[in-house]
Amino acid sequence: MISEIWNWLSTAEHWHGPDGVPIHLKEHLQYSLIALVIAAAIALPLGLLIGHTGRGSFVVVAIANSFRALPTVGLLTFFVILIAPHIHSTGTATYLVPSEIVLVLLAIPSMLTNTYAGVSAVDPAVRDAAQGMGMRGSQTLWQVELPNALPLIFSGIRSSFLQVIATATITAYVSLGGLGRYLIDGLAQQDYPQMASGAVLVAVLALLIDLALGAVQRYTVSRGVTGRYSRKRIVDPAEQKAVIAAAPLT
Amino acid sequence: MIQYYRDNQEQILNWLGWHAWLSALPLVIGLLIALPLGWLARRYRWLYPPLVTVAGLLYTIPSLALFILLPGVLKTRILDPNNVVVALTIYTVALLVRVVADALGAVPDEVLQAATAMGYRRIGRLLRVELPIAVPVIAAGLRVAAVSNVSLVSVAALIGVPELGQLFTNGFQLSYQTPILLGILLSVLLALAFDTVIQLAARILTPWRRAVAR
Repeated sequence: MISEIWNWLSTAEHWHGPDGVPIHLKEHLQYSLIALVIAAAIALPLGLLIGHTGRGSFVVVAIANSFRALPTVGLLTFFVILIAPHIHSTGTATYLVPSEIVLVLLAIPSMLTNTYAGVSAVDPAVRDAAQGMGMRGSQTLWQVELPNALPLIFSGIRSSFLQVIATATITAYVSLGGLGRYLIDGLAQQDYPQMASGAVLVAVLALLIDLALGAVQRYTVSRGVTGRYSRKRIVDPAEQKAVIAAAPLT
Repeated sequence: MIQYYRDNQEQILNWLGWHAWLSALPLVIGLLIALPLGWLARRYRWLYPPLVTVAGLLYTIPSLALFILLPGVLKTRILDPNNVVVALTIYTVALLVRVVADALGAVPDEVLQAATAMGYRRIGRLLRVELPIAVPVIAAGLRVAAVSNVSLVSVAALIGVPELGQLFTNGFQLSYQTPILLGILLSVLLALAFDTVIQLAARILTPWRRAVAR
C-alpha cells in the first residue's frame, strides 16, 4: 500500500495540469479559508460579546450544540440542491456558493462556543481587579478577558479549521475541486492508489495546518496565561472544558 | 416526506438500524479502550503528554480520508463496514483518552485519602470511588463522541456503506430534497436518542448527585 501511494505521489504527471496536486491543493485551501474568515467574522465578535455581557449565552450555546448533530453530508447535498438551480453562472459558483454556506455553518459552532466559554471562564477575581484598577467595560474585554481567553479561542479556531478542511474534502462529491477530487474520482475509477494518495494528502494538510496554528498560538498567547514560566504543568480547568467543547470532525 | 418514508419504509429502517449499529459499536469499544488508557495516563504522568498528542494527531485526520486509508492498512475491502467501525473507534478513543485522564485527575485528593483511610486498595478505590466520581465528565465526553459519530457515519455513504447517508447520496443524484430532509431528521433524532441514553445512564450511575441537587 505504501509503495502504491509512493508511486502515485512520485509520478510527475500527477503534479501538473488542471488535475494536478498544486491546483487541487490551492482550491482546497481557498474553499477552507473563505469559509473560515467569514465564520470567524461572525463567531468571534458574537462570542466575545456574549461572554462579556453574559446575555443570551444559553440560547446561543444550545443552538451551536444542536448544529453539531446535523450530518455534514446531508447539509451539503441539501444546500446544493436547494441553491444551485437558482445560481445562473457558468463557473464553479453554482456549487461553490452552497458549499461555502455549509462550511461557514459548520465552522461557526466551535469558534463561537469556545470564545464564549473562554471569556466567561476568566477568573472573576481577575475581572474585579481590572475594574478596581479603573478599567472600563471595553478595556476589560480587550486587555484582560481577550488575552485570558485566547487559549480557548485558539482551540476553537483549530477545531473549526479541521472541520472545514475535512468537509472541504467532501465538497468534491458535489462537483467542486479540492483534494477530495482524488478520493471521489479514484473511487469512481476503482483506482485505489489515487484514492489513498488523496487521503494521505488531505491528512497531511490537516496535520500541517493544525501544527501551524499551534505555533501561532504559542507565540500569541501570553506566557502569563499559559504558565510556561515554570516547569510545573498547571492543569487548567478551562482546558477540560475545551475538550468537551471540541467539535466533532467530519 | 411521510409518503416517501412509507414507500421506502423497509429500506430506510434497514439503513437506520445500520446507522445506529455503526455509531454505537465504536462508542462502546472506544470507551472500553479509553478507560484503561486514560487511567494509565493518570497513573504514570509521563505518559500523559505523548498519549494526548497522539490522540490529537489522530483526531485531525479527516474521516473520509480515514475510511479510505483503513482498507489498505487492515487489508479489508473498501465497502467493508468494519472500516467505519475501526475509524470511528479511533476517533472515540482519541477524544475520550484525554477526557478520562482529566476526569480521574479531577477527583479531589481528600476523597482519595478518605477512601484509602477507609481501607480501599488501589483497584477497589479506582472502581468504586474514582470512576464513579469521574462519571459525569466521562459522560459529557461520551455525548460529544456519540453526536459526532452519528454525523460521521453518514460520510461513509460516499464510499457506498449502507446507512442513512444513502438518503443523502440518493437525493443528491435525483436532485430530490425529500430523502435528504428525512435523512437529516432521522440522524438528528438518532443523535438525540444516544444523547438521552447516555445522560440517563450517567444519572443512574450517580444517584448521589440527585440527592445534592435537592
